[in-house]
Amino acid sequence: MAEYRKIYGFGAQFESPAALMQAAEKIRDAGFSKWDVHTPYPVHGMDKAMGLGKSWLSLPVLIGGGIGALTALLLTCIPSFGIYPIIVAGKPFDWRTLPAFFPIIFELTVLFSAFSTIFALLIMNQLPKWYHPVFNWERFTRVTDDGFFIVIESRDAKFSETKTRALLEEVGGLHVTLIHD
Amino acid sequence: MAESAVTLTTPPELVRVPLVTNDRKHTWITDKVSNIVEARTPLWWWAAFLPCSLIAFIGLLCIGYQISNGVGTWGENKTVGWAWDITNFVFWIGIGHAGTLISAILFLTRQKWRTSINRAAEAMTLFAVVCAGIFPGIHVGRVWMAWFLAPIPNANGIWPNFRSPLLWDVFAVSTYFTVSVLFWYTGLVPDLATLRDRAKSRVSKFLYGIFALGWRGSNRQWRHYEMAYLLLAGLSTPLVLSVHSVVSFDFATSIVPGWHTTIFPPYFVAGAIFGGFAMVLTILLPARLLYPQLDDLVTRQHVDKMAKIILLTGTIVGYAYLTELFMAYYGANKFEFFTFFSARMGINNPGWYAWAYYVMMFCNVISPQLFWIKSMRTNYVAVIIVCMCVNVGMWFERFVIIVTSLAQDFLPSSWHHYSPSWVEIWTFIGTFGIFLSLFLLFMRFLPMICMFEVKLVTPEADPHNHAKKDQEGQH
Repeated sequence: MAEYRKIYGFGAQFESPAALMQAAEKIRDAGFSKWDVHTPYPVHGMDKAMGLGKSWLSLPVLIGGGIGALTALLLTCIPSFGIYPIIVAGKPFDWRTLPAFFPIIFELTVLFSAFSTIFALLIMNQLPKWYHPVFNWERFTRVTDDGFFIVIESRDAKFSETKTRALLEEVGGLHVTLIHD
Repeated sequence: MAESAVTLTTPPELVRVPLVTNDRKHTWITDKVSNIVEARTPLWWWAAFLPCSLIAFIGLLCIGYQISNGVGTWGENKTVGWAWDITNFVFWIGIGHAGTLISAILFLTRQKWRTSINRAAEAMTLFAVVCAGIFPGIHVGRVWMAWFLAPIPNANGIWPNFRSPLLWDVFAVSTYFTVSVLFWYTGLVPDLATLRDRAKSRVSKFLYGIFALGWRGSNRQWRHYEMAYLLLAGLSTPLVLSVHSVVSFDFATSIVPGWHTTIFPPYFVAGAIFGGFAMVLTILLPARLLYPQLDDLVTRQHVDKMAKIILLTGTIVGYAYLTELFMAYYGANKFEFFTFFSARMGINNPGWYAWAYYVMMFCNVISPQLFWIKSMRTNYVAVIIVCMCVNVGMWFERFVIIVTSLAQDFLPSSWHHYSPSWVEIWTFIGTFGIFLSLFLLFMRFLPMICMFEVKLVTPEADPHNHAKKDQEGQH
């Protein structure tokens, strides 16, 4: 590894989700904030072990759904009430016809909510991000297979090249490696 | 009460059948599923793909022929204006519903067995909706005016009628397809990352890398990912129920006898799930035969459970058929009575399509009753035979609803027999070619089993499974 490259942080591998969970609790208690756990699948209970709260992704989805409902309401009402009222079988074309618009309002609410979910997910997870320092660590390719990792970033205030390595080894980390940017 | 009666014997402990048999490890799952994509293209794949794509090509030629010559190339006439086209549309869109049911509704109800079949079923949904979308597009006749379906004023400044179920259908089907694509792709991202990390060639590493979006399995990402997946499942659940309800409104809001009933939405949704599960099994069982390494992932238990769903929904469909007949008898509407008892069942009538009605009854109501027997649910030959019956039966259901109601409606002077032309027949066969070709491409280039979710249901993934881990560590 070239020496002049910036240090990104320390990575350590763990044997099992159980070992990873225990280690994550200890890292959390040690007061780190710029660190992450990498797993092949979501390990249940890990949010708590890392000290993370519930995801707030539902908020943008609620807003998106609201916008969808409003869009559909305007899309159906403006032409039908004003621009181009169509009278079919003598049925009303004012607000009394609203129930006939419910299917469209429902569908657009779902459509806008689904798009909000995806865009919020991408933005909140900062994806797509095709380059990331952790990919420089050869062992890390196993994260999508059966590897369980903890990575502590160097920008964390508590980071130290000696102490953080010792801590990761103490909590059961294997192959503790310095990751460069 | 004698005291001896109170003594209880402890029941034998019930052991949950594991979802992944033979206690397979994470690496095993990754290897076996990724190998399907990474290995050389097997010979059978070409043997299947070439005929399927040829059939798809013939279908596309027929569509081209119909577009250039007009809908007169079809067998429709002034009385029967909707026939195979709309039958095929409803048939294909219904098939899609099983995929969304597996991916969304079974997710919300915490049915963990869904994990090894959801990816393939969702892919099937997308390809079925692609096939479905062809028919309304070409049956409008002048396809270059299909943009009149969009909610914008057309060339003459006329807006579409937002109170028309046909326009609701445009919204429902396009939303359904879009949301299904988004849901499917969201589920694919972590598995694409697996393929990226295993890829040997630069091209595949680049392509899988692009679509994996740089996924690195961080828990800060999984946290939002799981919420997103839950929300998409929550959105897809009412969506899938709405799509076939709206499709049924195309019929139910008209006054044609045999269509004008309030039972249609739940009846159509149950039928869609029923037909969809039959199609899932129709394509999963051969896939399982061709990839024996998947036996531990798609087990007899999965087939058994899907057969149970077919039995349940098939019985609901049968109940709906009988309710329709009862209402026709009890409702004192002579046109409806005629449609059901004469046009469909063939009583006191030439009964042009009575045979279709009995095919439908046998395939949809009687054949799935075989699944009351456990040995039949786990016997693959029996399952595939019943599923084939259901595929046929569900197509005939739509044919019976659409054509018998139209061919003989209110005025005997306007009755007209309908039979399909070769263009219609080959267009329909062609959509099977499109569907199977797309599915074969999916099997070849994308992981057909959701690896990360399957790993999650293995005992190894349980973070509280300390004892087992310690034992393994000592080996």
